Amino acid sequence: MALEYYLVLSALLFTIGVIGVLVRRNAIIIFMCIELMLNAANLAFVAISRNLGETNGQVFVFFVMAVAAAEVAIGLAIIVSVFKHRQTINVDEINSLKG
Amino acid sequence: MENFPLVLVLSSIVKILIIVHLLLIGVMIMIWAERRVSGWMQDRLGPNRVGPQGLLQPVADGLKFLFKEDIIPDHVDKPLYVLAPAMLLVPALIVVAVVPFGSSITLFGHEIPLQIADINIGILYILAITSLGVYGVVLGAWASNNKYSLLGGLRSSAQMISYELTLGLGIIGILMLTSSLSLRTIAIEQGSYPWQWNFLIHFPAFLAFTTAMFAETNRLPFDLAEAEQELVAGYHTEYSSMKFAMFFMAEYMNMIVGSAVTVTLFLGGWHFFGLENVGGPVWSGLISFGIFFVKTAIFLFGFIWVRWTLPRFRYDQLMNFGWKFLLPVALTSVVVTGILWITTNSRLVVGIGNAISAFIVVSIVAGLLVMTTPKPAIQESDSQFAPTALDAVE
Amino acid sequence: MNAEQILFILFGAVSLIGAISVISFRHPIYSALSLVITFFAQAGLFVLLGAHFVAAVQVIVYAGAIMVLFLFVIMLLNLGTLSAKGAIGPKLKGFAVILGILLAIEGIYIAVNSASDTAVAAAESATGTTTTYDIGKLLFNEYLLPFEVTSLILLAALIGVIVLVKRENQEGN
Repeated sequence: MALEYYLVLSALLFTIGVIGVLVRRNAIIIFMCIELMLNAANLAFVAISRNLGETNGQVFVFFVMAVAAAEVAIGLAIIVSVFKHRQTINVDEINSLKG
Repeated sequence: MENFPLVLVLSSIVKILIIVHLLLIGVMIMIWAERRVSGWMQDRLGPNRVGPQGLLQPVADGLKFLFKEDIIPDHVDKPLYVLAPAMLLVPALIVVAVVPFGSSITLFGHEIPLQIADINIGILYILAITSLGVYGVVLGAWASNNKYSLLGGLRSSAQMISYELTLGLGIIGILMLTSSLSLRTIAIEQGSYPWQWNFLIHFPAFLAFTTAMFAETNRLPFDLAEAEQELVAGYHTEYSSMKFAMFFMAEYMNMIVGSAVTVTLFLGGWHFFGLENVGGPVWSGLISFGIFFVKTAIFLFGFIWVRWTLPRFRYDQLMNFGWKFLLPVALTSVVVTGILWITTNSRLVVGIGNAISAFIVVSIVAGLLVMTTPKPAIQESDSQFAPTALDAVE
Repeated sequence: MNAEQILFILFGAVSLIGAISVISFRHPIYSALSLVITFFAQAGLFVLLGAHFVAAVQVIVYAGAIMVLFLFVIMLLNLGTLSAKGAIGPKLKGFAVILGILLAIEGIYIAVNSASDTAVAAAESATGTTTTYDIGKLLFNEYLLPFEVTSLILLAALIGVIVLVKRENQEGN
């Protein structure tokens, strides 16, 4: 399987993630779309890594995963506390800096 | 060489069929055994009417489940409600693919390993697939649209995430000594005699792993997701007929697979005092399979035994136990195993070091807990007025 | 068409359909499930690429931990569908989709072009599978410092979450 196919798939997944962030107003779904974009990057890393015949790309995937895990933990905690204050997680309604 | 793939495919299909059927029969035997052993432990009979010694009771139960009306309540989220039991059952079934259930059989000049797939990341596969089991519970609970179910699902998801850490950390010590992720290699490396097996070298990790496995299979004392006294039946309150049967089967299947994995990782797999090498190329394979089967069965008996010995944890006790005792013990075991194995390269030293360090850690944690827990103020004044059980006896 | 191509099309199609469902389902629980399916298909793609270890870690970390957290929060807050006034209008939606398509074209263009540049590098070694041993060796030699920094990131996240939740409790009292 040639590299292009994997990269195109990765680009498409990334685009879907971007569209999701633009279209949806639910903070949790926006978060999921960010995860989707990170995963698209992972796919590109692994595909290129195999194409170059080395392992470096796969190691990067671990770092991406670790960052994603940290980001999800913090992000969900923020969502939970925002919800407790405002009773909503619609990103358009969370627009004031003072809770 | 020409017909090798054909033999491979055929033997794989035969192995898959045998293992899946063994699992299903195992579930039936476990249902029977659980009720009979429970009866024996509580000094009563248990089901003994259907068939000899009540052995056909599971068949009768299964038939009853089949012919019950399949009710889908109006208020449920239908797609997920239907999907959830399958999402619990399928991971329980496919996890067994990497468990080696015997050495190997040589038939018609081909050596057939008694394992469906020996993949080089076997343990990770098991961790990955077992971590999916939680979806069945959580989605079933959510789709039921019932407060009790939802509470059960919430409890289950928090419990699974907490105990999965211990499950993973408990294995790492073994990986360091074996330097392989393949279950077959781990089983072979352990050797024939009990004092060579991993459960002695990694005793604290073994205890932590086993406890975490009880929690992962939702068995007592960790069955908070379906605690009858509090949550009706927890996540499967709204389920009936075959859908409930699938939840039920998945629980027992998880127990069987969990026992098989523990036997492989910690209890020497199919080895037992060299008995597995007796006989020819066919017989030794069958004997090794028998040894593995017996070990798994003994471990499964332990499951039932624990169920009638320990009462259920309270939710905060569950979290405290998981995070403050099991996790530190498993973590120390990883560190100590690593340091001692690098410096001394001796399994004996690693084993002793593990036991001592776990003892120290548990004492420290217990001491800290005792020191930081405020004394309940009511207790003293309470004892003057409230009659205790002892008073009643007197 | 060989087995690898068939599997690629299968996994690729599943991951794309899953990704589209993530952004089109109204209820967050269904979105989360679609995302799990996408992650699974990606794990399959990783296996096709010979990265077995990454595939297993993908399932353990994403499907086993991160998505369970998502489900936990969705269930905890009992988030149904958002009120209709929050949803963006069809005009804006169309604009976003057009922007997305432009981005996709750009991405595909770059992907095809850069792929033809690097494809010469190592065609013969492109079929091997990577063992856990290789990854471990690389991770603990060449990438030791980044690895340690990663652990710091996780520690920081841990402390951050505890601080967030802790403050919440005190205000509640």
